[in-house]
Amino acid sequence: MKRIVTWCLSTLTVLVLLFGYHTSTSGPGGVGSVVATPALPRESTSDDGSSGTPDSDQTTKTASATVTGPSVDTRWGPVQVEITVSAGEITDVAIPVYPDENPRDQEINSYALPILVDETLKAQSADIDMISGATVTSVGYQQSLQAAIDQADL
Amino acid sequence: MTTPGTARHVGHVMGMPVTLALRGRHARDRVALTAWQQIMDSLHEVDRIFSTYRDDSEISRLRDGSLALADVSPLVDEVLHLAERARIESSGAFDVWTPGPGGVRSLDPSGVVKGWAIERAARFLDELTGTDTCLSAGGDMVCRTRVAGSPGWSIGIEDPNDPRRVLAVLPVTDGAVATSGTAHRGQHLVDGRTGLPPTRVASVTVVTASLTWADIDATSAYAQGPDAARWLSTRPDRTALVVWTDGTTTPVRTAPDRQAA
Repeated sequence: MKRIVTWCLSTLTVLVLLFGYHTSTSGPGGVGSVVATPALPRESTSDDGSSGTPDSDQTTKTASATVTGPSVDTRWGPVQVEITVSAGEITDVAIPVYPDENPRDQEINSYALPILVDETLKAQSADIDMISGATVTSVGYQQSLQAAIDQADL
Repeated sequence: MTTPGTARHVGHVMGMPVTLALRGRHARDRVALTAWQQIMDSLHEVDRIFSTYRDDSEISRLRDGSLALADVSPLVDEVLHLAERARIESSGAFDVWTPGPGGVRSLDPSGVVKGWAIERAARFLDELTGTDTCLSAGGDMVCRTRVAGSPGWSIGIEDPNDPRRVLAVLPVTDGAVATSGTAHRGQHLVDGRTGLPPTRVASVTVVTASLTWADIDATSAYAQGPDAARWLSTRPDRTALVVWTDGTTTPVRTAPDRQAA
Protein backbone atom coordinates (compact mmCIF):
# COMPACT_ATOMS: atom_id res chain seq x y z
CA MET A 1 0.00 0.00 0.00
CA LYS A 2 2.88 2.33 0.68
CA ARG A 3 3.80 2.15 -2.98
CA ILE A 4 0.31 3.28 -3.92
CA VAL A 5 0.59 6.31 -1.67
CA THR A 6 3.93 7.17 -3.15
CA TRP A 7 2.54 6.82 -6.63
CA CYS A 8 -0.58 8.85 -5.95
CA LEU A 9 1.12 11.62 -4.13
CA SER A 10 4.32 11.74 -6.12
CA THR A 11 2.59 13.57 -8.93
CA LEU A 12 1.62 16.46 -6.73
CA THR A 13 3.48 19.63 -6.34
CA VAL A 14 2.62 22.78 -4.56
CA LEU A 15 1.91 25.37 -7.16
CA VAL A 16 0.03 28.34 -5.87
CA LEU A 17 -1.33 29.82 -2.72
CA LEU A 18 -4.72 31.19 -3.45
CA PHE A 19 -6.96 33.43 -1.43
CA GLY A 20 -10.52 33.57 -2.61
CA TYR A 21 -11.25 37.20 -1.91
CA HIS A 22 -12.47 37.88 -5.38
CA THR A 23 -15.60 35.89 -4.72
CA SER A 24 -16.25 37.62 -1.44
CA THR A 25 -18.74 40.42 -1.27
CA SER A 26 -17.99 41.14 2.33
CA GLY A 27 -15.95 44.29 2.20
CA PRO A 28 -14.69 47.31 0.34
CA GLY A 29 -11.27 47.42 -1.22
CA GLY A 30 -11.18 43.70 -1.85
CA VAL A 31 -8.21 42.60 -3.89
CA GLY A 32 -8.11 39.97 -6.58
CA SER A 33 -6.72 36.54 -5.96
CA VAL A 34 -3.17 36.47 -4.72
CA VAL A 35 -0.80 33.93 -6.16
CA ALA A 36 2.51 32.99 -4.61
CA THR A 37 4.67 30.54 -6.46
CA PRO A 38 7.52 29.35 -4.29
CA ALA A 39 10.72 28.58 -6.09
CA LEU A 40 12.13 25.06 -5.79
CA PRO A 41 15.81 24.44 -5.18
CA ARG A 42 17.69 23.19 -8.20
CA GLU A 43 20.67 21.61 -6.55
CA SER A 44 19.14 19.33 -3.95
CA THR A 45 17.68 16.71 -6.27
CA SER A 46 20.87 15.47 -7.87
CA ASP A 47 22.94 14.56 -4.82
CA ASP A 48 22.42 10.82 -4.86
CA GLY A 49 20.87 10.38 -8.27
CA SER A 50 17.88 8.63 -6.73
CA SER A 51 15.30 11.30 -7.29
CA GLY A 52 13.54 9.21 -9.93
CA THR A 53 12.69 6.53 -7.40
CA PRO A 54 12.01 8.34 -4.17
CA ASP A 55 12.28 6.18 -1.10
CA SER A 56 9.46 6.75 1.32
CA ASP A 57 11.68 5.97 4.30
CA GLN A 58 12.57 9.33 5.79
CA THR A 59 15.76 8.08 7.40
CA THR A 60 17.47 7.25 4.14
CA LYS A 61 17.28 10.76 2.80
CA THR A 62 20.40 12.81 2.67
CA ALA A 63 19.81 16.13 0.96
CA SER A 64 17.26 18.37 2.56
CA ALA A 65 16.54 22.01 1.90
CA THR A 66 13.96 24.48 3.01
CA VAL A 67 12.83 27.03 0.50
CA THR A 68 10.91 30.12 1.44
CA GLY A 69 8.71 31.79 -1.13
CA PRO A 70 8.23 35.52 -1.49
CA SER A 71 6.13 37.34 1.05
CA VAL A 72 2.92 38.46 -0.59
CA ASP A 73 0.79 41.29 0.72
CA THR A 74 -2.87 40.42 1.03
CA ARG A 75 -5.84 42.18 2.48
CA TRP A 76 -5.20 40.27 5.68
CA GLY A 77 -1.49 41.04 5.81
CA PRO A 78 1.68 39.39 4.50
CA VAL A 79 1.57 35.70 3.59
CA GLN A 80 4.53 33.46 2.88
CA VAL A 81 4.95 29.80 2.02
CA GLU A 82 7.86 27.60 3.08
CA ILE A 83 8.58 24.22 1.55
CA THR A 84 10.99 21.57 2.77
CA VAL A 85 12.45 19.44 0.02
CA SER A 86 14.23 16.20 0.86
CA ALA A 87 15.79 14.01 -1.81
CA GLY A 88 13.70 15.64 -4.45
CA GLU A 89 10.42 15.29 -2.61
CA ILE A 90 8.43 17.97 -0.88
CA THR A 91 8.29 16.67 2.67
CA ASP A 92 6.78 19.64 4.38
CA VAL A 93 4.73 22.70 3.57
CA ALA A 94 4.60 25.44 6.14
CA ILE A 95 3.23 28.95 6.22
CA PRO A 96 5.73 30.80 8.43
CA VAL A 97 4.29 34.23 7.76
CA TYR A 98 0.63 35.00 7.81
CA PRO A 99 -1.44 37.76 9.32
CA ASP A 100 -1.67 37.43 13.09
CA GLU A 101 -1.90 40.99 14.28
CA ASN A 102 -4.95 40.41 16.41
CA PRO A 103 -6.51 37.38 18.10
CA ARG A 104 -9.44 37.36 15.69
CA ASP A 105 -7.09 37.03 12.73
CA GLN A 106 -5.32 34.16 14.44
CA GLU A 107 -8.66 32.48 14.79
CA ILE A 108 -9.39 32.97 11.09
CA ASN A 109 -6.04 31.52 10.16
CA SER A 110 -6.44 28.52 12.37
CA TYR A 111 -9.00 27.15 9.93
CA ALA A 112 -7.18 27.04 6.64
CA LEU A 113 -5.12 28.67 4.00
CA PRO A 114 -5.91 26.76 0.83
CA ILE A 115 -2.92 25.62 -1.15
CA LEU A 116 -3.85 24.41 -4.58
CA VAL A 117 -1.66 21.63 -5.80
CA ASP A 118 -1.08 20.60 -9.35
CA GLU A 119 0.33 17.58 -11.05
CA THR A 120 2.63 19.30 -13.51
CA LEU A 121 5.90 18.26 -11.89
CA LYS A 122 6.83 14.66 -11.26
CA ALA A 123 8.59 13.14 -8.27
CA GLN A 124 7.22 15.62 -5.78
CA SER A 125 4.94 14.75 -2.92
CA ALA A 126 3.01 16.46 -0.21
CA ASP A 127 2.36 15.19 3.29
CA ILE A 128 -1.33 14.46 3.45
CA ASP A 129 -2.95 13.17 6.64
CA MET A 130 -6.59 12.84 5.63
CA ILE A 131 -8.76 13.10 2.52
CA SER A 132 -11.90 15.20 2.33
CA GLY A 133 -14.15 14.10 -0.50
CA ALA A 134 -17.63 13.11 -1.50
CA THR A 135 -16.72 9.61 -2.65
CA VAL A 136 -15.40 8.32 0.67
CA THR A 137 -17.72 5.40 1.45
CA SER A 138 -17.17 2.01 3.06
CA VAL A 139 -17.86 0.33 -0.28
CA GLY A 140 -15.09 2.20 -2.07
CA TYR A 141 -12.77 2.49 0.90
CA GLN A 142 -10.26 -0.23 -0.03
CA GLN A 143 -9.50 1.49 -3.33
CA SER A 144 -9.45 4.98 -1.89
CA LEU A 145 -6.64 7.42 -1.28
CA GLN A 146 -7.78 7.53 2.36
CA ALA A 147 -7.17 3.79 2.71
CA ALA A 148 -3.70 4.16 1.20
CA ILE A 149 -2.85 6.91 3.66
CA ASP A 150 -4.26 4.92 6.59
CA GLN A 151 -2.28 1.83 5.55
CA ALA A 152 0.95 3.78 5.41
CA ASP A 153 0.65 4.42 9.14
CA LEU A 154 -1.02 1.25 10.38
CA MET B 1 4.09 9.43 3.82
CA THR B 2 2.45 11.21 6.69
CA THR B 3 4.33 12.70 9.58
CA PRO B 4 6.17 9.97 11.51
CA GLY B 5 4.53 8.94 14.73
CA THR B 6 0.94 9.18 13.55
CA ALA B 7 -1.24 6.48 15.12
CA ARG B 8 -4.46 5.50 13.37
CA HIS B 9 -7.67 3.66 14.11
CA VAL B 10 -10.06 2.67 11.31
CA GLY B 11 -13.65 1.44 11.62
CA HIS B 12 -16.91 1.47 9.68
CA VAL B 13 -20.36 2.73 10.64
CA MET B 14 -23.34 4.13 8.68
CA GLY B 15 -21.72 2.94 5.47
CA MET B 16 -18.76 5.21 6.06
CA PRO B 17 -15.14 4.52 6.91
CA VAL B 18 -14.09 6.26 10.12
CA THR B 19 -10.44 7.18 10.69
CA LEU B 20 -8.98 8.63 13.87
CA ALA B 21 -5.40 9.90 13.50
CA LEU B 22 -3.41 10.90 16.57
CA ARG B 23 -0.01 12.36 17.38
CA GLY B 24 1.58 13.28 20.66
CA ARG B 25 1.21 12.40 24.33
CA HIS B 26 -1.72 9.97 24.23
CA ALA B 27 -1.42 8.84 20.59
CA ARG B 28 -0.75 5.18 21.40
CA ASP B 29 -2.00 4.71 24.92
CA ARG B 30 -5.11 3.41 26.65
CA VAL B 31 -6.69 6.87 26.89
CA ALA B 32 -6.75 7.09 23.09
CA LEU B 33 -8.12 3.57 22.77
CA THR B 34 -10.93 4.35 25.20
CA ALA B 35 -11.77 7.55 23.29
CA TRP B 36 -11.82 5.61 20.00
CA GLN B 37 -14.26 3.05 21.46
CA GLN B 38 -16.48 5.82 22.81
CA ILE B 39 -16.45 7.54 19.42
CA MET B 40 -17.53 4.37 17.61
CA ASP B 41 -20.21 3.65 20.25
CA SER B 42 -21.51 7.17 19.81
CA LEU B 43 -21.70 6.82 16.00
CA HIS B 44 -23.46 3.43 16.28
CA GLU B 45 -26.00 5.01 18.64
CA VAL B 46 -26.70 7.76 16.09
CA ASP B 47 -27.07 5.10 13.38
CA ARG B 48 -29.68 3.22 15.46
CA ILE B 49 -31.72 6.40 15.90
CA PHE B 50 -31.35 8.04 12.49
CA SER B 51 -30.81 5.27 9.93
CA THR B 52 -33.28 5.32 7.05
CA TYR B 53 -32.27 1.70 6.37
CA ARG B 54 -33.51 0.37 9.72
CA ASP B 55 -37.27 -0.08 10.02
CA ASP B 56 -37.15 0.42 13.78
CA SER B 57 -35.17 3.68 13.81
CA GLU B 58 -36.95 6.81 15.00
CA ILE B 59 -36.57 8.34 11.56
CA SER B 60 -38.15 5.31 9.85
CA ARG B 61 -41.02 5.43 12.36
CA LEU B 62 -41.48 9.15 11.67
CA ARG B 63 -41.56 8.34 7.97
CA ASP B 64 -44.16 5.59 8.25
CA GLY B 65 -46.28 7.60 10.66
CA SER B 66 -45.95 5.33 13.68
CA LEU B 67 -44.14 8.09 15.57
CA ALA B 68 -45.43 11.66 15.82
CA LEU B 69 -43.11 14.65 15.45
CA ALA B 70 -44.17 15.78 18.92
CA ASP B 71 -42.89 12.54 20.47
CA VAL B 72 -39.33 12.38 19.15
CA SER B 73 -36.29 11.99 21.41
CA PRO B 74 -34.14 15.02 22.29
CA LEU B 75 -31.45 14.03 19.75
CA VAL B 76 -33.93 13.84 16.88
CA ASP B 77 -35.46 17.10 18.02
CA GLU B 78 -32.01 18.72 17.97
CA VAL B 79 -31.31 17.50 14.43
CA LEU B 80 -34.71 18.60 13.12
CA HIS B 81 -34.17 22.07 14.56
CA LEU B 82 -30.75 22.26 12.86
CA ALA B 83 -32.37 21.10 9.63
CA GLU B 84 -35.00 23.83 9.84
CA ARG B 85 -32.32 26.47 10.40
CA ALA B 86 -30.38 25.09 7.42
CA ARG B 87 -33.50 25.21 5.22
CA ILE B 88 -34.17 28.85 6.11
CA GLU B 89 -30.54 29.97 5.70
CA SER B 90 -30.31 28.32 2.28
CA SER B 91 -33.68 29.70 1.16
CA GLY B 92 -34.99 26.16 0.81
CA ALA B 93 -32.15 24.67 -1.25
CA PHE B 94 -31.21 22.41 1.68
CA ASP B 95 -34.31 20.58 2.83
CA VAL B 96 -34.38 17.30 4.78
CA TRP B 97 -37.98 16.96 3.56
CA THR B 98 -36.94 15.81 0.10
CA PRO B 99 -39.39 16.51 -2.72
CA GLY B 100 -40.54 13.28 -4.31
CA PRO B 101 -42.95 12.15 -7.03
CA GLY B 102 -46.33 13.87 -6.96
CA GLY B 103 -45.04 16.61 -4.67
CA VAL B 104 -44.98 14.31 -1.63
CA ARG B 105 -42.01 15.10 0.59
CA SER B 106 -40.22 12.42 2.61
CA LEU B 107 -37.90 12.92 5.56
CA ASP B 108 -34.20 12.19 5.09
CA PRO B 109 -32.08 14.01 7.67
CA SER B 110 -28.82 12.31 6.56
CA GLY B 111 -27.49 15.63 5.25
CA VAL B 112 -27.55 17.07 8.76
CA VAL B 113 -26.81 13.93 10.76
CA LYS B 114 -23.40 13.12 9.31
CA GLY B 115 -21.43 16.24 10.29
CA TRP B 116 -23.41 16.65 13.50
CA ALA B 117 -22.72 13.05 14.56
CA ILE B 118 -18.97 13.30 13.92
CA GLU B 119 -18.73 16.61 15.78
CA ARG B 120 -20.71 15.10 18.65
CA ALA B 121 -18.45 12.01 18.76
CA ALA B 122 -15.33 14.20 18.71
CA ARG B 123 -16.14 15.41 22.23
CA PHE B 124 -14.52 12.22 23.51
CA LEU B 125 -11.20 13.59 22.28
CA ASP B 126 -11.36 16.32 24.93
CA GLU B 127 -9.56 13.92 27.30
CA LEU B 128 -6.51 13.74 25.06
CA THR B 129 -4.35 16.58 26.39
CA GLY B 130 -1.12 17.29 24.53
CA THR B 131 -2.34 15.27 21.57
CA ASP B 132 -3.16 16.32 17.99
CA THR B 133 -6.25 14.54 16.71
CA CYS B 134 -8.11 14.32 13.41
CA LEU B 135 -11.40 12.40 13.36
CA SER B 136 -12.73 11.75 9.86
CA ALA B 137 -15.84 9.88 8.76
CA GLY B 138 -16.80 9.56 5.14
CA GLY B 139 -14.53 12.42 4.13
CA ASP B 140 -15.72 14.96 6.71
CA MET B 141 -13.53 15.71 9.71
CA VAL B 142 -12.76 17.52 12.94
CA CYS B 143 -9.10 18.53 13.43
CA ARG B 144 -7.46 19.62 16.66
CA THR B 145 -3.88 20.61 17.42
CA ARG B 146 -2.72 20.35 21.05
CA VAL B 147 1.00 19.59 20.70
CA ALA B 148 3.22 22.63 21.24
CA GLY B 149 4.81 23.72 17.96
CA SER B 150 2.79 21.23 15.93
CA PRO B 151 2.26 22.04 12.25
CA GLY B 152 -1.31 20.71 12.49
CA TRP B 153 -2.97 18.52 9.87
CA SER B 154 -2.69 18.48 6.09
CA ILE B 155 -6.04 17.74 4.50
CA GLY B 156 -6.14 16.70 0.86
CA ILE B 157 -9.23 17.69 -1.13
CA GLU B 158 -10.27 14.88 -3.45
CA ASP B 159 -10.63 15.69 -7.13
CA PRO B 160 -14.34 14.93 -7.79
CA ASN B 161 -13.51 14.15 -11.41
CA ASP B 162 -10.75 11.70 -10.43
CA PRO B 163 -10.98 10.44 -6.83
CA ARG B 164 -7.45 8.99 -7.11
CA ARG B 165 -6.13 12.52 -7.18
CA VAL B 166 -5.90 15.39 -4.76
CA LEU B 167 -6.88 18.83 -5.99
CA ALA B 168 -5.78 20.96 -3.06
CA VAL B 169 -4.13 20.66 0.32
CA LEU B 170 -5.48 22.53 3.32
CA PRO B 171 -3.32 23.01 6.40
CA VAL B 172 -5.75 22.89 9.33
CA THR B 173 -4.84 23.27 13.00
CA ASP B 174 -8.22 23.61 14.67
CA GLY B 175 -11.34 23.39 12.57
CA ALA B 176 -13.68 21.22 10.56
CA VAL B 177 -13.61 20.22 6.88
CA ALA B 178 -16.60 18.85 4.94
CA THR B 179 -17.08 18.02 1.26
CA SER B 180 -20.35 17.40 -0.55
CA GLY B 181 -20.69 16.25 -4.11
CA THR B 182 -22.21 13.96 -6.66
CA ALA B 183 -21.16 10.69 -5.07
CA HIS B 184 -22.15 11.74 -1.57
CA ARG B 185 -22.86 8.35 0.02
CA GLY B 186 -25.02 7.35 -2.89
CA GLN B 187 -27.62 9.96 -2.05
CA HIS B 188 -28.97 11.92 -4.93
CA LEU B 189 -28.59 15.41 -3.60
CA VAL B 190 -31.28 17.66 -5.01
CA ASP B 191 -32.21 21.30 -4.79
CA GLY B 192 -34.99 21.30 -2.18
CA ARG B 193 -36.86 23.98 -4.11
CA THR B 194 -37.07 22.07 -7.38
CA GLY B 195 -36.36 18.44 -6.55
CA LEU B 196 -33.81 18.45 -9.36
CA PRO B 197 -30.10 17.58 -9.12
CA PRO B 198 -27.90 20.68 -9.23
CA THR B 199 -25.98 21.50 -12.39
CA ARG B 200 -22.42 22.74 -13.07
CA VAL B 201 -21.06 22.00 -9.60
CA ALA B 202 -18.97 18.84 -8.99
CA SER B 203 -18.11 19.27 -5.30
CA VAL B 204 -18.05 21.84 -2.52
CA THR B 205 -15.57 21.78 0.38
CA VAL B 206 -16.18 24.02 3.39
CA VAL B 207 -13.82 24.71 6.30
CA THR B 208 -15.09 26.41 9.45
CA ALA B 209 -15.09 25.98 13.22
CA SER B 210 -18.07 23.62 13.46
CA LEU B 211 -18.35 20.40 11.45
CA THR B 212 -22.14 20.51 11.75
CA TRP B 213 -22.16 23.77 9.81
CA ALA B 214 -19.28 22.92 7.48
CA ASP B 215 -21.29 19.88 6.35
CA ILE B 216 -24.63 21.72 6.13
CA ASP B 217 -23.06 24.58 4.18
CA ALA B 218 -21.21 22.25 1.78
CA THR B 219 -24.48 20.46 1.01
CA SER B 220 -26.51 23.71 0.85
CA ALA B 221 -24.03 25.27 -1.56
CA TYR B 222 -23.84 22.12 -3.69
CA ALA B 223 -27.64 22.00 -3.95
CA GLN B 224 -27.60 25.49 -5.42
CA GLY B 225 -25.52 24.46 -8.43
CA PRO B 226 -24.26 27.52 -10.33
CA ASP B 227 -24.97 29.74 -7.29
CA ALA B 228 -22.77 27.67 -4.93
CA ALA B 229 -19.83 30.08 -4.66
CA ARG B 230 -21.98 33.19 -4.59
CA TRP B 231 -24.07 31.81 -1.71
CA LEU B 232 -20.96 30.72 0.24
CA SER B 233 -19.63 34.27 0.00
CA THR B 234 -22.62 35.37 2.11
CA ARG B 235 -21.77 32.96 4.94
CA PRO B 236 -19.66 34.10 7.93
CA ASP B 237 -16.14 32.83 8.61
CA ARG B 238 -15.92 30.19 5.91
CA THR B 239 -13.04 28.96 3.76
CA ALA B 240 -14.40 27.03 0.82
CA LEU B 241 -13.46 25.49 -2.50
CA VAL B 242 -16.08 24.96 -5.20
CA VAL B 243 -15.06 22.54 -7.96
CA TRP B 244 -17.08 22.86 -11.15
CA THR B 245 -17.89 20.04 -13.55
CA ASP B 246 -15.57 21.58 -16.15
CA GLY B 247 -12.65 21.15 -13.73
CA THR B 248 -12.26 24.81 -12.79
CA THR B 249 -12.35 25.89 -9.16
CA THR B 250 -13.55 28.89 -7.19
CA PRO B 251 -12.04 29.48 -3.75
CA VAL B 252 -14.12 31.48 -1.26
CA ARG B 253 -12.93 33.12 1.93
CA THR B 254 -15.22 35.19 4.13
CA ALA B 255 -14.69 37.26 7.24
CA PRO B 256 -16.15 36.37 10.63
CA ASP B 257 -19.61 37.68 11.44
CA ARG B 258 -18.67 40.65 13.63
CA GLN B 259 -22.17 40.95 15.01
CA ALA B 260 -22.15 37.35 16.16
CA ALA B 261 -18.63 37.60 17.54
